[in-house]
Amino acid sequence: MSNTAPALIASNGDSLREAFGKSLSALADEFPQVVVLDADIAGGTGVHHFRKSHPERFIQFGIAEQNMMAAAGGMAAVGLIPVVTTFAVFCLRAIEQARLSLCYARRNAKIVASHPGLDVGPDGGSAQALEDLACFRAIPGMTVISPADATEMALATRAILEFDGPVYMRTGRSASPKLFGDDHKFVIGKGQILRDGNDLTIIACGTEVARALEAADLLKEDGISARVVNMPTIKPIDTDLIARCARETGAIVTAEDHNIHGGLGGAVAEALAASVPAPVEFVGVKDVFGASGEPEELAYAYEIAAPFIAAAARKVLKRKK
Amino acid sequence: MTLTAQKTAAEPDHAQKLLVQLAQAARFVRMHSIASIYHAGSGHPGGAMSSADLFACLYGAEMNVSPRMVSDPNRDRFTLSKGHAAPALYAVGAYYGFCDPKESLKLRKLNSPFQGHPHVLDLPWVETSTGSLGQGISVAIGMAIGLKLQNNPARVYTMLGDGELQEGEVWEAAMSAAHHKLNTLTAVIDYNKLQSDNSNAVIMGLEPLADKWRAFGWDVQEIDGHDIAAILAALRHAGTTAQPSVIIAHTIKGKGVPYMENIPTWHGSVKFTREQAEEALQALGASLADMKDFLDV
Repeated sequence: MSNTAPALIASNGDSLREAFGKSLSALADEFPQVVVLDADIAGGTGVHHFRKSHPERFIQFGIAEQNMMAAAGGMAAVGLIPVVTTFAVFCLRAIEQARLSLCYARRNAKIVASHPGLDVGPDGGSAQALEDLACFRAIPGMTVISPADATEMALATRAILEFDGPVYMRTGRSASPKLFGDDHKFVIGKGQILRDGNDLTIIACGTEVARALEAADLLKEDGISARVVNMPTIKPIDTDLIARCARETGAIVTAEDHNIHGGLGGAVAEALAASVPAPVEFVGVKDVFGASGEPEELAYAYEIAAPFIAAAARKVLKRKK
Repeated sequence: MTLTAQKTAAEPDHAQKLLVQLAQAARFVRMHSIASIYHAGSGHPGGAMSSADLFACLYGAEMNVSPRMVSDPNRDRFTLSKGHAAPALYAVGAYYGFCDPKESLKLRKLNSPFQGHPHVLDLPWVETSTGSLGQGISVAIGMAIGLKLQNNPARVYTMLGDGELQEGEVWEAAMSAAHHKLNTLTAVIDYNKLQSDNSNAVIMGLEPLADKWRAFGWDVQEIDGHDIAAILAALRHAGTTAQPSVIIAHTIKGKGVPYMENIPTWHGSVKFTREQAEEALQALGASLADMKDFLDV
């Protein structure tokens, strides 16, 4: 395969997938055991950068994700750190391979999935994975991560390579707004308060973090003080921070570009139920499939845009004791 | 025979002796598998019987493995893609000293590392966890690619069942092994023609099987999977090819136990009565002392 092939889909360099691909390339010399596995969509997942910089460690599996996923287990077994890359929906196709050959065997392998959620846009409902966080979260031993901007993605890429164990990480297709400065920290299993507030807490991951901050601005206009928490690790979830937010603000809204069942919202609700019970409203796709459209249009059509997060906040306040 | 393990020495000028030793190992694999499945109250005996000679040749002669090499990076690797043949793998492991012959009779029991299908965290020497058909060959491919990348000449072996070949992943794997020119990979197919519910031909036909693998770019050999000399020769040839190599070993399900041979019922997870276990061991040539060793533990 040519090393000078263009990216499959034009991306402006700010997308999470591009940030991931560039970071992985930059880290490759520091982590000589890293190999990248591709199923003919390197241009789409961001690893075209790695293919160009480290062609000898770029392994093509063709359009055959099940074999690729299980083969990663074999590579990890002989001491490499395989990074399996494909679209999030195709990771679902190989989830049983991830379960048995990566997690059950406790391999140090990483799955990095681009094109999650409605953020996929025009490719439509078949391509928009709205179930991946829930599915991968349910596998014992799997760490699940969804960074919010390019800076965090770069930090998370390093963190998953330093971490010993199987990881599922979401990137993203669309250009993502810059949220964090150079002093940003990423630690697996830790969330952080991005904006303080007293009336309620919005807990978000991935592309919904920027929308959560927008929602906090909208709420401020109504005199509502919303705390915003970035929760880039879905599993293991930061129970301490969630409990603290429930204690200090008394009401929670979760926001994710994912089905409302089983993803970030589910993880947060489980943590709350076992620590400091509080009313929760869930912003996400309401147990339906997506459709074609631009990501921003879809965010409004499926009610995950900032005004809907703000509406969920007003609703949860009414339930607050 | 007692439940003790002895490595057979592969000395080229004692070829005949080796054949006798491997036949003895295969007999132990069959008897130990019957016994462990009897004690477990469930398990898959048919495929353990059909693959016993293949296991004996792989572990007793062909592969560069030993209990002392379990974490040696230069050891050969084996994955049991047909994970339900675990009793035979544990039995050959017991024979050659990878695990304790008595302990490994605690098949499928709570707190035993000898689970119904092999698990690498319980038993490092089984190399990977299997039990979902189609994955063991992919893992073997990953190992072969990884070892080559690290300039490690170790070979990788995998054993597949015939019904397993109905999994699409096997053909994804077959395509990728040829594409990546994995000449260090040998796949052995235990072709006993029977699967869980009926014959391959009735459930989902596999023929022309050799042509399929040839078309996928593999070196193909067809042998009698109970002819130890033929198995050894095929394994040796597989190490000389430019392509990945597959050995289609024609076998008999339940081989060595007349009431089991070629009866699909003995594929699945079965419960032996004491009488059935004794009859099987007797058919395999067990003495009264053997019988006691295997069944009264």
